[in-house]
Amino acid sequence: MERLRRTMMFVPGSNPSMVSDAYIYGADSLMFDLEDAVAINEKDSARLLVYNAIKTIDYGNTEVVVRINELHGPYGRDDVEAMVRAGVDVIRLPKTERKEDIYEVEAAIEEVERKIGREIGSTKMMAAVESPIGVINAYEIATSSKRLIGIALGAEDYVTNMKTKRYANGLELLGARTQIVIAARAAGIYALDTVYSDIDNEEGFKNEVELIKQLGFDGKSVINPRQIKPVCDIFAPTAEEIKKSANIRRAAQDAQKHGLGVISLNGKMIDKPIVDRANRVLQLATAVGLYKEEMQNEK
Amino acid sequence: MKNSIGREIPDEIINGEKIYESPFSLNGEVIKTAHRIKTVKPGDEKLLDSIEEAIVKCGLKDGMTISFHHHFREGDYILNMVVDIIARLGIKNLTLASSSLSSVHKELVKHIKSGVISRITTSGLRGELAEEISKGLMEKPVIIRSHGGRARAIEAGDIKIDVAFLGASSSDTYGNASGSRGIANCGSLGYAKIDAKFADKVVIITDFIAPFPNVPASISQMDVDYVVKIDKIGDPAGIVSCATRYTKNPKELLIAEYASRVIVESGYFKDGFSFQTGSGGSTLAVSRFLKDEMLNKGVKANFALGGITKPIVEMHEEGLIKHIFDVQGFDLTAVKSINENPNHHEIDSSFYANPHNKGCIANKLDVVVLSALEIDTDFNVNVMTGSDGVLRGASGGHSDTAACAKLTVIVSPLIRSRIPCVVDCVNTVITPGESIDVLVTEIGIAINPRRSDLIEKLKNINIPIYTIQELKKKVESIVGIPEKIEYEDKVVAIVEYRDGSIIDVVRKVK
Amino acid sequence: MKIIKNSMVGTLESSDIQIRVEPKDEVGIEIQLKSSVEKQFGKQIKKVIKETLESLGIDRAFVIATDKGALDCTIKARVQCAAYRAMGDAQKINWEVID
Repeated sequence: MERLRRTMMFVPGSNPSMVSDAYIYGADSLMFDLEDAVAINEKDSARLLVYNAIKTIDYGNTEVVVRINELHGPYGRDDVEAMVRAGVDVIRLPKTERKEDIYEVEAAIEEVERKIGREIGSTKMMAAVESPIGVINAYEIATSSKRLIGIALGAEDYVTNMKTKRYANGLELLGARTQIVIAARAAGIYALDTVYSDIDNEEGFKNEVELIKQLGFDGKSVINPRQIKPVCDIFAPTAEEIKKSANIRRAAQDAQKHGLGVISLNGKMIDKPIVDRANRVLQLATAVGLYKEEMQNEK
Repeated sequence: MKNSIGREIPDEIINGEKIYESPFSLNGEVIKTAHRIKTVKPGDEKLLDSIEEAIVKCGLKDGMTISFHHHFREGDYILNMVVDIIARLGIKNLTLASSSLSSVHKELVKHIKSGVISRITTSGLRGELAEEISKGLMEKPVIIRSHGGRARAIEAGDIKIDVAFLGASSSDTYGNASGSRGIANCGSLGYAKIDAKFADKVVIITDFIAPFPNVPASISQMDVDYVVKIDKIGDPAGIVSCATRYTKNPKELLIAEYASRVIVESGYFKDGFSFQTGSGGSTLAVSRFLKDEMLNKGVKANFALGGITKPIVEMHEEGLIKHIFDVQGFDLTAVKSINENPNHHEIDSSFYANPHNKGCIANKLDVVVLSALEIDTDFNVNVMTGSDGVLRGASGGHSDTAACAKLTVIVSPLIRSRIPCVVDCVNTVITPGESIDVLVTEIGIAINPRRSDLIEKLKNINIPIYTIQELKKKVESIVGIPEKIEYEDKVVAIVEYRDGSIIDVVRKVK
Repeated sequence: MKIIKNSMVGTLESSDIQIRVEPKDEVGIEIQLKSSVEKQFGKQIKKVIKETLESLGIDRAFVIATDKGALDCTIKARVQCAAYRAMGDAQKINWEVID
């Protein structure tokens, strides 16, 4: 079963306390930022901080992502070397415009994997689209590498490029969001929405999360622990959905137990995508404590 | 000699006293002490010109015991002022029985060195005074008592107060004194009331003389010998904050949320329940989450107890808490409320937590949320000494409420700047493990194995549950194993349990 | 590997450690430590600093460390960075050695 990525929390790579602590808040993924969050004269210290942290600290089930500096600058290659050696789960590009951007980083990653004997392909990648050309190329980016697990939207740079700004209703991002989510679905990877900076505006944040859920996004970037629970709650299935999905799963398990090739529920045939979706619903439900496998078995 | 929880108490410290056995082992009949009073007839003047005059008229002599309250906290001017004058008068060898001491009382160090003060009993010690005592400043060990324990000791005569110097925000010239209606208000005078009833001589020190009669009065004229007016009793900003706010620290909020869920699932969260939370950080924030649950589930509390803050007053005024029993006010909202809300009651420390009366209010407590500096694998809690063995906290109402409450929840981060909260053996035991039910940290909870009922009730809670040993191992894997603190033999403080038995000692740090 | 100039890394924030490295003529790593957790972890902190420098092949340096409760991995990171900064501009990190 694919892992959940409802929340990806941005953590400045230069802050030792946050880098060692951040996993306690229950974000599905942590993104240690070596790029925008880190001053030029601290690129080296942040890199070593994150490197040592990833090597030492037990982040449990949390996925560890690092946003590196661009490969063509003075820091990107060292970032890749350090993070692959550290054992990072996912390397996130700062700005992806075309498939060649992915190829370049992938090559850099593979070089290090070979050097150190890490399983080739074990370091995953994530693209971040922040410009109009990136949006246009979303599908070619999304299909450019087997390592690519997801594609994210970075709204701040994007709206600037689009000569507009961010509004409450998010209409200015509609084009980018739909393109990215469509590309992600077509490619079979995750779609992650951009950050919401106004931490104190809880209402505005919830509205945005409802919107991106409706559009089909898998999750959202967050910049503060307070934002985690609202996202998980909104992505949590309803009781009705949970009940339906539990029935479907039981039907699938029954069919397997009796060696039947066909799963049926209430006289209707159920095929694999339905079962997959049911399992996904139950996975989301379990994550927020709304469903427990054992409870069902006790009936 | 080792007591029941394995703490070594030197024989010369025991000296005929009892050592700790269990929270309610010393429960039988007690005799309350009486005090000696000088009667006052019509026409007698109580208002004096100066503190010096009051000290002389009270007949303060070498070797006597003086007392103060700590309602003015870090804003207190009175204790230092009075002791300075006592020193000038050449009086020596006094026992200082303050309900607690703060960093502002570092001025006492010189008076201890010069022999003015030779013994201290208090609930808490902080700052330079605490550090100096830890380094062996005093010949006789300090006696640390909880709020309930101090009340017990005063009522039993273990603390024999000769002169009580009690600061009051307002007083009339006959001694009807209050923590309100003055310039620098503190609200409840809960810790002072007990001194007023049992001290031989009582001096009210105020900066605001109110017209007679200054009622309602926390301290009555019939318990007061003298009244002195001074310029300033303290710094209002240090006495109470404007408003106690909920923390915004995400880690503290996470811990508070977990604690609130533990309370809700424990079985004690039902209509008419009672609770006490601390006044800051995670302990106060728990009430914020509890409030949401109370609103969602239509649960109302019968009473809230302890140190009172704005959030508790708001819940009271919104109808979520029926009664407030206030032993100490922390902010101006609490001060205002105690004067305006008829169900916001001022209580004294005996009513609050004295185990040796006919029923303190803590006996009725359902849930208490407390903090900890350290907790060990037996669930013993330290709120008195840092992980470096230096005195820096207060016993307060911790052991009192933990012993009495049906559910005692400790909230604490697992690590504070590399210092682990869960250890093999705490540096000092203030509250024994059998009084502690659940530890809540940011990574999960640990339930005292003695509480199999809670283990059962909480098994489906959506929070990671660890054994306390697992939490200790986890914290060690993160910070490493700290060096054991080295002590010398000399005992600098004796920790007296609320029932008068000795539960632990604090030694001089090397 | 030789320390040829002064360098400083880290902040005085809680959970961080500020490491200042200076060149030294005679062999030996001399560490001056001020720590908020001196009693509990002073020995361990000095050990980590020394071992980290030694693992980089440095046998002589003055280190002035101001610690606010940093974990071992943070101490290592700060020391590694300070060492490299003190070794001169052209020095590239030798990952074989750090790993």
